[in-house]
Amino acid sequence: MPSLMILIPLFGVIILNLLFAGNVRMRRWAFLFALAVFVLQIVVAVFHHPFLWKNSLDRIDSFFGVSFFVDHLSFIMFICIGMVSITSLFVARYTMAEESGRFKFTNLLILASLGMSGIIMVKDIFSLYVFMEITAVSSFLLIAYPKSLESLEGSFKYLILSAVATVLMLSSIGLLLLVSGSTSFSAIAAGIGASRNSSLVILAVGLFICGLFIKGGLVPFHGWLPDAYMAAPAPASILLAGIVTKAAGIYTLIRIVTSLFPYDQAVNSILMFIGTISIFVGAIAAIGQDNFKRMLAYSSISQIGYIILGLGAGTGLGIAGAVFHLFNHSVFKSLLFVNSAVVEKETGTCNMNKMGGISQRMPVTGTTSVIAFLSTCGIPPLSGFWSKLIIVIALWQAGQYTYAALAVIASVITLAYFLSMQRRVFFGKLKVGLENIKDADKGVIGVSIILAAIIAGVGVFFPFVYTTLISPVKEILIR
Amino acid sequence: MDMNIALLILTTVAALWTVMARSLLKATIGLAVTSALIAVIIFRLNSPLAAVFELSVCAGLITAIFVSTISLTKPLTHNQILQASKDRMKRYWYLPVILVVIGAGLVCMKAGQGPAMAKPLESAIDVRTMLWDLRRLDLLGQVMILIAGALGVVMLFEETKNDKR
Repeated sequence: MPSLMILIPLFGVIILNLLFAGNVRMRRWAFLFALAVFVLQIVVAVFHHPFLWKNSLDRIDSFFGVSFFVDHLSFIMFICIGMVSITSLFVARYTMAEESGRFKFTNLLILASLGMSGIIMVKDIFSLYVFMEITAVSSFLLIAYPKSLESLEGSFKYLILSAVATVLMLSSIGLLLLVSGSTSFSAIAAGIGASRNSSLVILAVGLFICGLFIKGGLVPFHGWLPDAYMAAPAPASILLAGIVTKAAGIYTLIRIVTSLFPYDQAVNSILMFIGTISIFVGAIAAIGQDNFKRMLAYSSISQIGYIILGLGAGTGLGIAGAVFHLFNHSVFKSLLFVNSAVVEKETGTCNMNKMGGISQRMPVTGTTSVIAFLSTCGIPPLSGFWSKLIIVIALWQAGQYTYAALAVIASVITLAYFLSMQRRVFFGKLKVGLENIKDADKGVIGVSIILAAIIAGVGVFFPFVYTTLISPVKEILIR
Repeated sequence: MDMNIALLILTTVAALWTVMARSLLKATIGLAVTSALIAVIIFRLNSPLAAVFELSVCAGLITAIFVSTISLTKPLTHNQILQASKDRMKRYWYLPVILVVIGAGLVCMKAGQGPAMAKPLESAIDVRTMLWDLRRLDLLGQVMILIAGALGVVMLFEETKNDKR
């Protein structure tokens, strides 16, 4: 089964381009195919029956000579990838007028998503790099898609910094190959375990983690992120903010740090420090923004900081909190970017100073935005509250009282910039010239409502979600 | 001095020349020289096939693509080139310094005294087995990157067509 998660979309893209690319009517099948793939992905990840994932279809895996592995963390990532990709797909249909452009965008979206699926299933560090590149190349193109000066610049910045990350990670892979003689996760873990204090190993671990910090957009490696998110077309921003940085940067960091590298006090201290700096720099920078998407980009840096902070706690609970916040962030940040896409399409601007009172004309967008930002700030009983609470408790239990206190204080700053956004964009008197705007089409409204329902539902049914989906992630620490 | 160290220094010089060259064409030649030197180093490290790939793809194919792309661009005037070069020197003067510091740091670390070096896999396993049996997933990944690249090229060519209209 795992190989089908890669092969079905891959052959789908090939067939779509060979048979359907020339025919305008047939091109519409791309949307349905992508939707079917993403829905299927979510369904098989939610009901992760061993029959599907382990026992059956081994022949397909062996025929293609691929061998993957999946665990609870992979299932959560599959769900996130599927959800965010569906959201991006609907927003692309809403915002992109041209049929052929939508077709190419859908193809790239499928490629980016299968790259991410590869990242979360591989058990070889070089294959991990290959799938990261697939995701990255697709992302460069998705950002550059509008072909405006701004989007090309955003794409170029991402490309350059991604290349730097690649150099760091490839150098690290080379060093790890020297140490362990193989690139498989198990051999590297054994190699590192055997020569823990070697300067070569420390250098390799440092280089790889720095590369992942760039991919994840953490401070001080975040230079590319606000420009890329702002310049990218709305559906690409959703994909980038919702999942790409998380799959390529944060998921990989969680996997590598807990399974391969020494998950000890030194690494944890670095993670907690970088996490906290990211939380504050992102939040403080978000306060001063006038551009809706740029503000959300800085908010992403801040929220990703929480995930890293949770990981840095160094305990099973910390990892569970980090993964839970990763899931929640991909939902509420996707929803906020959907809202910004609708607002941008209708008003023609992202400048928050030119907006006001939009809720009167866009009741669904205005309401879902409130739910999403309250969850981001960690207001109970929404999903974001629980994940932040788990992170704070994990830090407290680990004796990191200062970091726990800082995490709580940063939530207040988050509330400040989101309240300012909500007041400037959605509340108050309707700005002159915005009388004729209307809410999004049915597809996007449907997606917004579903995302808002997930935020509220996960919050209300937290005990069930935690025990069935999140808590089993702790097993990652048992090697 | 060890031959490998001499080759590494030459590679660094060629790489520096590539990024500092005033004209794109010279930079491309610098890149080809860098790749050729890396190919020699890889060959000396007992990986002849990787060296052939490096030489044919990085020094050959990519250079050809760059040169053909440069032939489609409009060159700057002499004064503009001088100005651009000056600005670049002002902006990036610290890069060679960082390079030297990192190089010196690595030499001081004496990487050779680290853990026992594993033997290169290529010498033990046939390259066909390596590519088709052991790294089949990575080949599949290459196919995906090629498809993504092809889609990107289609996107950019469409832009050129629209611009002409």
